[in-house]
Formats: sequence, structure tokens, C-alpha cells
Amino acid sequence: MKQRIFDKTEATSPPESACATNTDRRRVISIMATGLVSPIALTPGSAHAQPAAQLMVDASAEADFKPLRPDDIQMMKPILAFPFDAETGTPKKESRLNKMVVIRLPEEKMTPETRARSVAGVVAYSSICTHQGCDVKTWMSKESVLACYCHASKFDLFDGAKVVAGPASSALRAIPLVLNGEFLSIAAPLPPKAGE
Amino acid sequence: MNFKLKTLALAILGATAVVAQAGSNLGPYAPVTDARLENPESKNWLMYRGNYSGWGYSPLDKINTANVKKLTLAWSSATGVTEGHQAPPIVNNGYMYVTTPNAQVIAFNAKTGKEIWRYKKEIPADLLMLHNTNRGVALYGNKVYVATVDSHLIALDAVTGKVVWDKEVGDVKALSYITLAPLAAKGKILVGSSGGETGVRGFVAAFDADTGKEAWRTFMTAAPGTPGGDTWPGDTHKQGGASVWITGTYDAKNNIAYWGTGNPAPWPTEGRKGDNLYSTSVVALNVDNGDIKGHHQYHHNDAWDWDEVSAPVLVDTKIKGRKVNGAIHAGRNGYLWMLDRQQSGKIDFVNAIPYVHNDVFTSIDSKTGRPSYSAERTPGMGKAVNFCPSLWGGKDWPPEAWNPKTKLFYIPANNNLCSELPKADEITYKKGDLYIGYPIDGVLGSLRYKDGKKPATIGELQAWDLNTGKLAWVHKFDRPIWSPLLTTGGNLIFTGGTNDKIFRAFDAKTGKVLWEYNMPSGVTAVPSSFEIDGEQYIAVQAGWGIDAQRMQSGIDALDAQVTMVPQGGTVMVFKLGK
Repeated sequence: MKQRIFDKTEATSPPESACATNTDRRRVISIMATGLVSPIALTPGSAHAQPAAQLMVDASAEADFKPLRPDDIQMMKPILAFPFDAETGTPKKESRLNKMVVIRLPEEKMTPETRARSVAGVVAYSSICTHQGCDVKTWMSKESVLACYCHASKFDLFDGAKVVAGPASSALRAIPLVLNGEFLSIAAPLPPKAGE
Repeated sequence: MNFKLKTLALAILGATAVVAQAGSNLGPYAPVTDARLENPESKNWLMYRGNYSGWGYSPLDKINTANVKKLTLAWSSATGVTEGHQAPPIVNNGYMYVTTPNAQVIAFNAKTGKEIWRYKKEIPADLLMLHNTNRGVALYGNKVYVATVDSHLIALDAVTGKVVWDKEVGDVKALSYITLAPLAAKGKILVGSSGGETGVRGFVAAFDADTGKEAWRTFMTAAPGTPGGDTWPGDTHKQGGASVWITGTYDAKNNIAYWGTGNPAPWPTEGRKGDNLYSTSVVALNVDNGDIKGHHQYHHNDAWDWDEVSAPVLVDTKIKGRKVNGAIHAGRNGYLWMLDRQQSGKIDFVNAIPYVHNDVFTSIDSKTGRPSYSAERTPGMGKAVNFCPSLWGGKDWPPEAWNPKTKLFYIPANNNLCSELPKADEITYKKGDLYIGYPIDGVLGSLRYKDGKKPATIGELQAWDLNTGKLAWVHKFDRPIWSPLLTTGGNLIFTGGTNDKIFRAFDAKTGKVLWEYNMPSGVTAVPSSFEIDGEQYIAVQAGWGIDAQRMQSGIDALDAQVTMVPQGGTVMVFKLGK
């Protein structure tokens, strides 16, 4: 029983607790703890190399995975997405902490900083609530905010997903996007977070 | 990883208990026996509601209506975590045990507040916590038992906090979790499951107190071929909900535990036509083997998210002039249910009275207690529907109380609140995801005021005469209450539950407010009382969060305002000043 608990813990522990693990594992754990698998760190042996394109795929897809294009994202209808592993052709969904919420919004309402991270009106954020880790994916059309269904924290996606209501204390992590050919792609490197 | 590294990592990462320095001047730990649990000493608070009957009553009377104004803080201690603190301080001869969100257990010297040990379970970082709370420990023998939000049942040494055994109870990947305080009886530790909103099939399970070996598990949705199995179409019982997230009450004489069950899943009824037994019911279980000995379903085929999880309070008293072995329950559906327990476990209906506004029930069958419904107040596919009381009901989980001296039954109610659910969605079950069936923005924005305008009052602390079925008194609040109740032999009621962070003492005979204290955070936890060296103490945790916070968000949306209630847990212990 203890062994199994340990395995579970090891796979999801914050990086500061993982001092006894090897470098590669620590890197993966560190990435998971940030709430997003970044393309840099998952390129084998290339922690500081130029990143490969990090495409995205609809989290609800069960098979026949196709990287997302801007046109796949409808106005004010958020979807959840995982990073796409181009080598295996599958979503990187080993941890739900990798989930992102992707939505199209009117560009003219975005702050300049948010617009700079967007592609054709499409923005992306980590979908893991900064309060208790629930999936944040509910668009409240009257208030034009994204809400967490667990405890009703609300985030302003036009302005860096800052908290506008509820118990969350910090914004959802912003995921800068770029266009890679016809596909949406995560810009890299992501800005660092504490613990990385 | 080699063994040494694993050991090291376990020590760093795993569940740990930190034992504080000695000097707490506590005597040897007094083992908790069946005899003690059946007749708990008035100086102790040995379980969730103080006794097996679920009264929430302390016979202690040194703090009373004449001197409660002198009540002052004896000691306090921060828990170190935020979110909804709901557990009572549970006390055995000077040892106090408190649980908090994140499955933390803290042992204190109850007199001095000195921390003895602290146990923290490592919660998986990717765990989605719909209700990150914990409602307390169970004591049995020399152990302390805690059930966790990642669905484990853990036995700790009462003196050192060291893990004796750790058992996985439910499938955490399916978002099965536990928030209740376990029930200890006859060598077993009983727990129930949360997860109705994620399609987990509700159950009560019993484990050997010494070894953690599972003794039995009884599901709360009836399978085909068993009694009640024909109340679910096809395989719908498999994701049918009927969670059990509040501690059962226990009739030791007949060895029967009574458990309340949650709503059936998903919320819209179209896919699960039938009564959906044993959802929204009280279920009588034989503690030795888990056999279902009886049940009463408060309302069938629920469409309103009215979990009926509070276990009935066991009160032997007169109802309608007739002496009954009562099982009393203030339903989330807004009716006060009075039932009669038979020795066999069979449960008979006696009386039901609306204690808040309910516009769904058109009648109650006088023999069976079965309600009839207004079709236009029943939500589902194809229509948006407004109904009262709200999703949170006339009373959610905060427990009622019974005072044998005043012979009054107390209910922490919310009135004048309703809900409007939008048209339901088609839904298919997906493991580890929500299984509700309504657009979530509609659920989050569902709260409505009765008659569409802000009412003068919402929260109501009510006192009922069960014999006459009459309201003896009511204290009304201009805001909602999430108020677990403690009543005492000193003719008092203690409770918090309001967003202004006030913890209050009421006269139990009149409802008059006699004492108030401004707490560090809102109080939604169960208060308790105990005595050490001849002094009576009142103890409770402050720590706002979970559904009190959610309802406040709903009110704020209606009022176009933002209400800030500071979060963070503190154990607060009071005694009379000199």
C-alpha cells in the first residue's frame, strides 16, 4: 500500500520535494507542477535548446487526433485542450495539470498584453483553477468571464485571466500562442514561475 | 530508485505526523470503548455530534444563560490552511482532535492549546476537489480515524499521530471522495462516499477498527434483482449517485445505523424514471453485516439536487400525542420529517411539516409520507424551471440539534431562496468528469429570491415542538446561515454561520441572542463542549469556504456586489472569565 501511495505521490509532487530524483524526472515533475507541459522541457536532452513547435489538440477527442487551427475555436465557446505530441500523434494527457482552456474573443476588448499573446482572437490559459485545482471551463455569457464550477471563482480572459470574483487568489496561467503554419502553437519559452 | 532513496523520499513526501515537544501535562490516553460511546461522559465530546443519537447536545451547564456574557477566549490556534473548516473539536480526557481541509489532523492539549502532533496527508497535486473539507475524526480504542478527500480511511495512534493503517476506500480517479467523520461502533469504522455530482455510486462501507480490513460495503442505489432494483431503468443505478457524506446516527440497542443519502445522478430525471431507491432517503443498516433493514425515501425521483444526507436525529419523544422512537430530519426539500423507528429497522412515517417555503410538493400522503409534485416546478429537458427552496434546500449539511431539557428541536434554515435551472443537456457519463446534466453556467447562476426581490430575511434559527408540530420560536437573519448547532444543559445554543464572522450564543428557550464574538473568519464548523478540571469550554473552528462561499457568490450575483469573507482556519476555545 505504501509503495503505491509513493508512486502516486512521486508522479505529482511539487519540485521542491523531489530532491532525491534524477534530473530528467525532476524536470518533468517541475513542468507538471507549473500546470503545463512546455515544449522545451519535453524535448529529450534539450533543456535549453530551441523548442520544437508545440501544437494543441482538443481534450475531448478520443481518437483521430488533429492539431487545432484557429478556425476550430468558436467565438466565446471555450474548449479544453492538451499539448500535442507530434512524435506519437497523441495528446500529452498523462496529467490533467496539462489542460488548457482555449477560446476566441473579440480582439478589440483585449488588453494589449493579452492581445499580444493571442492569435486571430484566440487566447489560451491553463484550465487548472488556482484555488482548488478544478477545471475552469465555464463561460458566463452575461458577465463575459470564465468561471470555475467548483467554487465559482471568475476570471477575466480579456485581461490576463485576472481574478474578478471568488476565492481564487491568482490569475490562470497565460499560454502565449503563435501560428505555426495553419495550426495554433504554444509560444516558447513560457515565462518562468516559482519553482522552475 | 533504491530502497534508501525511497525511504528518504517517503519521509519527505509522504504523510507525516510531527510530534510536538512534551510538557502538555496530559495523563495517559483513555481508550474509547463501545460502552463509553453508548453513554458518553458529559465532560467529553467523543464523536461528531456528541452522542450516537446525533443530538449535538452537551449536558454541561456551568456556562448558562445567567453567565454566558462572561464567555472569553481561553486559547486559539491557526490551522495553517484555508477553505471550509467544518469539523468539531473532538475531546477525550484532555486530548482534542481537529480536522481541516486537505485531510489534516491536529491533536491539542484541550486545556492549554498546546499542539501535541499534526498529521498531514499528501494530497495528489492533480486532485480536483469539489468539496475540500473534512468533518472530523472518530475515536475508538487507542486510535483516531480520519477519512480523506482522496478517499482513504486512515487510523492514527491517538498519542503519537503515527499511521497505524491506511486503506483506499474509493476510486479517486472517478472522483470518489470522503468528507464525513467516520462512525465507530462494535469494532468497526464506517464511512460513506461523496461524488454524486461525478456519477459515483454511493455506498456505506465498514472496516475492522484494528486492521483496516473491509468488512462490508452496501451500495445506496439498488441493483436489478435486489429490493428496489426495479426503480432504476437499465444500468442507470451504476452511476446513480445517492452519496453518503454525513456521519450516520446509531441505535446501539438494536445495532442499527441510520444514514442519509444524496440526490440521484444525473440531475435531470428523464434518463432514470422511477423512484431511484435509495437516493434522498434514510437507510437503516445492520452494523455487523451492512444489511439494509429499512428505509424511508423523503422524496422520490429527485429533480432538484436536494440531497437528504443529514442522518436523522434519534429522539424518543411524543409526536402528535403518541410516544415514538423518533427519527427526525429537517429535509433539504424544506419539510421537517418525523419518522418512527421499529426495532427491526423498519421506518414508519408519522408527520411532515414545511419549515421553509416549498412550492414543489402539492400534497403529502398522510399514511406513507410520499409527496406529490407540481409538474411545472419540476426541472428537466426542454424547459427552464424555477422552484423553491433552492438547490441548497431549506437546510443543507449543517446539523440540527435536540435539547432534552427544553424538548425543542432546532433547525438552521434558509428561507425565501429559490433556484432556476435552465433546460437540461443530454449527458453521457465520463469517468472523472462532472455528471450533472445542466449547463454549468446555469447551475452557478441558479440562485433566485422568492418573488424576485431581495427578502428582508433569509437565515432562520428555528425551534420546533415536535409533539404539537408548532414553531416555538424563530430568530431571523438578514442573510443566509450555514450554522451547525450546539445546544447545552445550560439552556444555550451556540452557532456561527453568517458572513459577518460572528459566533453567537442564544437562549434555547426564547431564541434571544445572549453573547456574540467576532471570529477571525466565518464559522461553518460544528461546535462542541467539554470540561477539564471543573471548567466548561466551548470550542469551534473558524474558517469560511465551500458551499457557504458558493451561496454567497449566488447572492452577490443577485445583488451586484462582492462580499469578502476572509479565509483561513483557527481553532477557537472559550471559557468563562473570572
